Amino acid sequence: MAEDKNEQREGRERAGGAGGRGEGDRPTTGEDPEARGDQRLGVYICHCGVNIARTVDVEKVAEAASRLPGVAIAKTYQYMCSDPGQSLIKSDIEKHGLTGVVVAACSPRMHEPTFRAAVGEAGMNAYLFEMANIREQCSWIHEDREEATDKATDLVRAAVARASRLDRLTEREVEVTPEALVIGGGIAGIQAALDIAEAGYRVHLVERTPSIGGHMAQLDKTFPTLDCSACILTPKMVDVARHANIDLLAYSEVEEITGYIGNFHVKVRRKATSVDRHLCTSCGDCIEKCPSRVPSEFNEGMAERRAIYTPFPQSVPSEPVIDRDHCLYFQNDGKCGVCAKICTVGAIDYTMEDEIAEFDVGTVVVATGYDEFQPKLKPELGYEAYDNVITGLEMERLCSASGPTEGEFAIGGKEPKDVVFIQCVGSRDETVGNPYCSRVCCMYTAKQAHLVREKLPKANITIFYMDIRAFGKGFEEFYDRVRKENVIYRRGSVSEIYKKGERLVVRGEDTLVGEPMEVEADLVVLATGITPRRETEELVKQLKLSRSADGFLLEAHPKLRPVDTPVDGVFLAGCCQGPKDIPDAVAQAKGAASSAIAPMAKGTVMAEALTASIDEDLCSGCRICVSVCPYGALAYDEEDDVSKVNEALCKGCGVCAAACPSGAITMSHFTSEQMLAQVVALIGGSDG
Amino acid sequence: MAVSLKETYELLGCIQCGRCTAGCPVGFRTYLNVRKVVYEGLTETGPRDAKGRPEAWNCTTCSNCTDRCPKGVKPMELLIGLRSAAIEKGKAMPTVRDALESTFKHGNPWGRGRDKRMEWAEDLDVPVADEGEEAPLLYFYGCTPAYETRAQDVAKSLVRVFAAAGVPYKTLGTAESDCGNEIWRLGEQGLFELLVEGNTELFRSHGVETIVTSSPHCMNTFKNEYGDLGIEALHYSQFLKELLDEGKLELPTPVEKTVTYHDPCFLGKHNEIYDEPRDVLNAVPGVTFVEFDRSRERALCCEGGGGRMWVEAVEERGERIAEIRVNDAVALGADYLVTACPFCLLTLEDAVKTSGNEGKIEVVDLSELVAMAL
Ligand SMILES: Cc1cc2nc3c(=O)[nH]c(=O)nc-3n(C[C@H](O)[C@H](O)[C@H](O)COP(=O)(O)OP(=O)(O)OC[C@H]3O[C@@H](n4cnc5c(N)ncnc54)[C@H](O)[C@@H]3O)c2cc1C
Ligand code: SF4
Ligand code: SF4
Repeated sequence: MAEDKNEQREGRERAGGAGGRGEGDRPTTGEDPEARGDQRLGVYICHCGVNIARTVDVEKVAEAASRLPGVAIAKTYQYMCSDPGQSLIKSDIEKHGLTGVVVAACSPRMHEPTFRAAVGEAGMNAYLFEMANIREQCSWIHEDREEATDKATDLVRAAVARASRLDRLTEREVEVTPEALVIGGGIAGIQAALDIAEAGYRVHLVERTPSIGGHMAQLDKTFPTLDCSACILTPKMVDVARHANIDLLAYSEVEEITGYIGNFHVKVRRKATSVDRHLCTSCGDCIEKCPSRVPSEFNEGMAERRAIYTPFPQSVPSEPVIDRDHCLYFQNDGKCGVCAKICTVGAIDYTMEDEIAEFDVGTVVVATGYDEFQPKLKPELGYEAYDNVITGLEMERLCSASGPTEGEFAIGGKEPKDVVFIQCVGSRDETVGNPYCSRVCCMYTAKQAHLVREKLPKANITIFYMDIRAFGKGFEEFYDRVRKENVIYRRGSVSEIYKKGERLVVRGEDTLVGEPMEVEADLVVLATGITPRRETEELVKQLKLSRSADGFLLEAHPKLRPVDTPVDGVFLAGCCQGPKDIPDAVAQAKGAASSAIAPMAKGTVMAEALTASIDEDLCSGCRICVSVCPYGALAYDEEDDVSKVNEALCKGCGVCAAACPSGAITMSHFTSEQMLAQVVALIGGSDG
Repeated sequence: MAVSLKETYELLGCIQCGRCTAGCPVGFRTYLNVRKVVYEGLTETGPRDAKGRPEAWNCTTCSNCTDRCPKGVKPMELLIGLRSAAIEKGKAMPTVRDALESTFKHGNPWGRGRDKRMEWAEDLDVPVADEGEEAPLLYFYGCTPAYETRAQDVAKSLVRVFAAAGVPYKTLGTAESDCGNEIWRLGEQGLFELLVEGNTELFRSHGVETIVTSSPHCMNTFKNEYGDLGIEALHYSQFLKELLDEGKLELPTPVEKTVTYHDPCFLGKHNEIYDEPRDVLNAVPGVTFVEFDRSRERALCCEGGGGRMWVEAVEERGERIAEIRVNDAVALGADYLVTACPFCLLTLEDAVKTSGNEGKIEVVDLSELVAMAL
């Protein structure tokens, strides 16, 4: 520690290479014949506390840098990103008339914007700044100090070679369409849509199923406060339906999305509902008379719905849709038509076709939620074999007054005497590829145990658990309360369920007793976890999002940018980003909404200064670039027989430049000349 | 030099959830608590070999613990490791020592001479490949069907079925040696490697392309533990299923019986072969098939694997699992309790006697059932 402190001194200047010449008047010390004009670069090597300095001899790197052609000064400093670090650069630019700046420190993903801003404040064009990553790519991954120092020296030399060839670039301002798209109408999507709409912007809310509400609509009570889920959710759903700024597109899916922050172009497929929403009065007569019965998704298959249906009574929108896969009219060549006969306002329209809605938005919030873990992947638990082994969501429906049993707590017509809950089904479990904790099951199991106790005062309730995670506000207190309601927590995992006569036998180990044990049960509830939503692959591809190792959508930074994605203008809310409970989903939704609002409120965003340009003399008109550009920024001009760049659309990704067989495309800031000089300097070694 | 158990078996991943013990069939039958053994290993508070923790010999290597561990720990391998350590120190129990010695000397764990290995085939026309003769399709009959009277019926039935289907198979006659599956599980890795080497060489010298085995245990080790053998290893149930699908095997004679099927651990849990034996069984005309409640992934272990045929179980308690199995089969109303493994055949048949179910049910190998239908 003391040693560290010792190093905290003013940035030490290393001027003039080997000699002790004063830095101000020092001429360029070497020759780099191809470097532009009279280069005067400033090179700054960061200690990053000890992050870099422990493994890399930063002084030595600075000394080597100072001898490079075009380098006016080379210095080291404890924390280049700190205010004094930045001031150092700024004052040097003025004092020494620097023509470019190189900082060797962490990843440009961390601090490139910081330093670009700093040089900009000193009047230098931000694109004359270059960064060498000697932390993530060097000190953090190496142990040998000497070799790490050599590598850092090489990286700095390469950065200097590139820096001497950089051009001034200017960013362009692009207008932001003041509308947003929210994909997914669970609690997260609902909250995000309401917040954006309240801020005065138009929101298009796209929901795949016939109603918004998501999984929260299926829940009975919510932990830890035991509010009735529907009672707190439905008012928000109604707000969505009523809000003048919200364009609700239920029973719809995003078909295509192109463009970039400020200007996304969206095509949404509105599936044919077969019910004219302008005529329908939501009376529900048609539903009652429909002869076709289908397992209800909302009730987790424990009850039936009809082919013409709303998922649940408080659905928003309230008009029913016809599920054509199960409708007798569609399946039996027009035989049936009962709903059309019943409907007094003539709202049934069997000829309705899918529609495509097209619109532009400035920002996007993805809130596609989760899928419950499928317990059939753990066959040893007998979920598929036994009706009285049920999932967490099935239990929610069973507890709910609006559920298949109207809240009657019965299994095969009988009240269960022994109820066993099993925690962590499909979570923290490498056998099914889900190493993560689902974060909600400990608490929802406690909640469900409480609900069982409320209805069955005499039942034996046992919960098998590995660890209890009661980390949220009020959670531990709730866990305490539930235990005291005579709910027995047994510390150990369950391996198998089988049947003895009519009863289930749960095989576990009570690890505190240290003995395997069998508990008989009439009802076993599996605390099924939260898994990444299937069937979002297409969307994820179109938006160019990534997934983290667990399969959930990847945020831009796990700590500091938890609602952003690596794609500008696209934000995440709710369980699509990772398991979370309702309060966390809502909090993230509010964060995503405010992030989505910010560029709209400002009205403009700075567009990429990096763009492609085409040398029309070299272009052969082969159009390969047009086919590879992911942003549609290239078009073929028939008249001139060449491809041309639309700079407003170009994101500077560089795919075209790499693909062009004629070498006709130049990427600003990454020209072949700049890149080659960097590579040559890197592999050329110190004498090359 | 001694590397700790926790490093060798990567025990530090264990969260002491107890799922291993909960699923261990012998945990209910003896005082083996595999979670505790893992805990002793990772805290370095327990014995380092099976001499000090004799319950380790009770493990049937059914692999429930390893298959279901949520953290990828392999408790079964730790137990085998404890056995190895005991063997290395010369502390194995006498029955085990004898089996190993016999395997080393005679190529089988049953203490019988190599010259007797083909006695089962005496009155049958079983093709034997001469030294160096090509045997692209090899029937590996295995030690137990060679020497154990009841298990010999498996080999005898299979060669009848093969002949009926016109299968161009060969055997290696008395040159065949133990596959090593049980040897590895008893903990004698050195001997196992010798067997692998010898068998590999033997198979190569006969240009073997496919091996069909009587026992799931042999198939398992050939398929999963022989490195890149480059030879397809099939259990006979898979092979018969192929013959049936290709129309090469016909089963004209009805067997009017109610049958249930016991999944052998090394066919089911270890190799996820659940459907083929059931398909073959259902191809037998006249058969009424009833499924055990505890079937497939949840099938009970008969306690015959993991070298348990040569182990005196330590401190038993509770009902023998094979007896539970037989009782369940009787309750299902089955005439035949069918299985597809020589060890299961022996343990279950014994359990019919000890559970007083003689006359109520018969234990039949799938190969026998198929032969009845020829
Ligand atoms: C059994 C159980 C009990 C629970 N109990 C509680 C509790 O008591 N308290 C609590 O706080 N939390 C509880 N939770 C957690 C709670 O369910 C979630 O926190 C919450 O529902 C997450 O909301 P969401 O909007 O992120 O996702 P979801 O509810 O999954 O909503 C996502 C929505 O997006 C739609 N969608 C998906 N893909 C697309 C697409 N491509 N295009 C258009 N729309 C799409 C879906 O149809 C859905 O409507 C429980 C979870 C379970 C499994
Ligand atoms: S199942 Fe795995 S994690 Fe759980 S106690 Fe056994 S070895 Fe440890
Ligand atoms: S392999 Fe089977 S018998 Fe052996 S310890 Fe594991 S679960 Fe028990």
